[in-house]
Amino acid sequence: MLKTFPKGGVHPKENKFSAGKPIEKIELPKQVSIPVSQHIGAPSEPVVAKGDTVKAGQLIAKSTGFVSANIHSSVSGKVLKIDKVLDTSGYKQTCIIIDVEGDEWMESIDRSAEIKNNIDISAEEIKNKVAACGIVGLGGATFPTHVKMSVPPGKTCNHLVINAVECEPYLTADHQIMMERAEEIMIGCKLIQKAIGAGKVLIGIENNKPDAIRHMSETAKKFDNIEVHALKVQYPQGGEKQLIKAVLNREVPSGGLPIDVGCVVQNVGTAYAVYEAVQKNKPLFERVVTVTGKSVKKPSNILARIGTPINMLIEAAGGLPEDTGKIVNGGPMMGKAVSTDTVPVTKGTSGVLIFPQDSATRPENFNCIRCGRCASACPMGLEPYLLKNMTVVKMYEELQAQHALDCMECGSCAFTCPAGIPLLDYIRLGKANLNKILRAKKS
Amino acid sequence: MEIILNTLISLSLLGVVLAVILYIVAQKFKVVEDPRIDAAAAFTPGANCGGCGYPGCRGFAEACVKADSLDGLFCPAGGNETMKNIAEVLGMVAEEKEPQIAVVRCNGSHDKRRKTTNFDGPSSCAVSNTLYGGDTDCPYGCLGLGDCVVACTFDAIFIDEESGLPMVDEEKCTSCGACVKACPKSIIEIRNKGKKSRRIYVSCINKDKGAEAKRACNSACIACNKCVKACAYDAITIENFCAYIDFEKCKLCRKCVSECPTGAILELNFPPRKESAVQKEAKVTETE
Repeated sequence: MLKTFPKGGVHPKENKFSAGKPIEKIELPKQVSIPVSQHIGAPSEPVVAKGDTVKAGQLIAKSTGFVSANIHSSVSGKVLKIDKVLDTSGYKQTCIIIDVEGDEWMESIDRSAEIKNNIDISAEEIKNKVAACGIVGLGGATFPTHVKMSVPPGKTCNHLVINAVECEPYLTADHQIMMERAEEIMIGCKLIQKAIGAGKVLIGIENNKPDAIRHMSETAKKFDNIEVHALKVQYPQGGEKQLIKAVLNREVPSGGLPIDVGCVVQNVGTAYAVYEAVQKNKPLFERVVTVTGKSVKKPSNILARIGTPINMLIEAAGGLPEDTGKIVNGGPMMGKAVSTDTVPVTKGTSGVLIFPQDSATRPENFNCIRCGRCASACPMGLEPYLLKNMTVVKMYEELQAQHALDCMECGSCAFTCPAGIPLLDYIRLGKANLNKILRAKKS
Repeated sequence: MEIILNTLISLSLLGVVLAVILYIVAQKFKVVEDPRIDAAAAFTPGANCGGCGYPGCRGFAEACVKADSLDGLFCPAGGNETMKNIAEVLGMVAEEKEPQIAVVRCNGSHDKRRKTTNFDGPSSCAVSNTLYGGDTDCPYGCLGLGDCVVACTFDAIFIDEESGLPMVDEEKCTSCGACVKACPKSIIEIRNKGKKSRRIYVSCINKDKGAEAKRACNSACIACNKCVKACAYDAITIENFCAYIDFEKCKLCRKCVSECPTGAILELNFPPRKESAVQKEAKVTETE
């Protein structure tokens, strides 16, 4: 029997229209806007000024703390200005705007297609290189990878779990990377494994990608201590706690991290980025983005430079369909709608989804009928209806006692609610307010 | 007969014994409360709005009785009259305060601010604010979903359908500040009500540079400095590309209002202006 996580979960329609479409490059944009905050943690500090000439891969914003990440230019050209631009967060953020001139890369980057599989550098050097290259989790949460790689003293890590689940419907970027860059991913896994001192690498792939499971298993045979696990299809298996439970049957304690049960979870796209950073000296300045939707003419997987406006990606996928109602950045379950099609691609943009008008609006909502479906759908075992009600009446202490902060905002509760109640919206508000209170108490 | 008699006697005895116990316990655990608390509480409005910062009107009365002086204690809903009455009961002096009122510092009605998105989530500003900057290009402006309306216990604020902005009912507003706390964008401010309820304020808090603010909203403050120059009393300051009128210094001369190129400065309850000589002339030529 296939493994999966036992508690909760939902089965949204997969709609993987872009599956099997090769990763394609698109022409360079005329201008890119690169936000200085594309990761969880402190925003980076720009180190270039207006008028400076930059090359692709050049550091343009330096990290300002341990939990922060360097930002590199994705193109060569001239810095036009540093200004506030509306980005995928829905707010105006400081962006470095660069006018593109040619495509000149830093000399240190190895652009050859040759696969370098000899690992001859130390664990410390791997960590430093990953931090210098600004690698963040490419699954969408954008947590700086070098922080995850630093195992805190007193803890040991015996398993590296690679998240190749891609449980979000529509998205196929990770799937396609696995089909085209399997060997590089394996080397990336080996590098992370060495950096954190893990014994085994476990790759979890959902069963709806049989070709990827086959291909990855075959490639894994060339390396020792890498196992590929096929998992039953269930959303949100890509949540790190769910993935650990599915693959290793270990439960991360409430408020804890995977390292508490001896694991580190990394996304498969991140493993590829680590390979490129360490073996090819290439900072993270481009990523694979799935551009798809029901009425999109040519659903595709596009290798896009960070900072490219998403309308260029949509153009490459056959243009914006006439019946468009909503453009979502990320997956359909956890992604966020954008208010304009000029927002730039960031390190966390795993997909650009275009929904037709009829499926873009929310259902009408009614009163709670106490069916309890949200509670049985919650993969963390929480009671979403209760958390929502507590948020409405501002009972924040009780909210904390009900482990609201364990909620990972997967949206299964709102997806399954027959009354169409926007549960997640309220829980998110409750969490934000609770975090504010906790921060104020600390200081 | 005997049964009835026995029952009556035993029950009466039991009653007497319990009454004695209750009396002793009541004397032993008597809570002595200052009678002035009740007297002071009788003068409070009884709305329990929390504007004073204490839990309910009785909480405020208790705080007044316990305090050495009434400095810093004020019932915004009851105003000076309530404070005077309470002060009389307690034999203290209450400071006279100018009456205040809530003002909504956003002028971006539907026709002035272009809508960029349709928000179909829950009708709550706080929820909308966790998701994005708002359904227009102005990330500072009113979201129009009415958290202030829900927060108001006096029914003094309502969303005007035509403009989509909250309007304050001058008669009903008690300046308790519940709406100020409820607004996630911090648009609402408590300001002095002014003589004859006349007030002037900058109805915008956009902190973007002029060009950007203007692009988002036709009546945004663009920090052009004209009002600052026009003001003879140094009441206007510009900070973060947005003007602010200090109501303590403002003498309600209305010069800034006519200077403002975007109409971000609002005047309320003033009589219509007398036409200046220039305007009169223009009118004459127009009719000719």
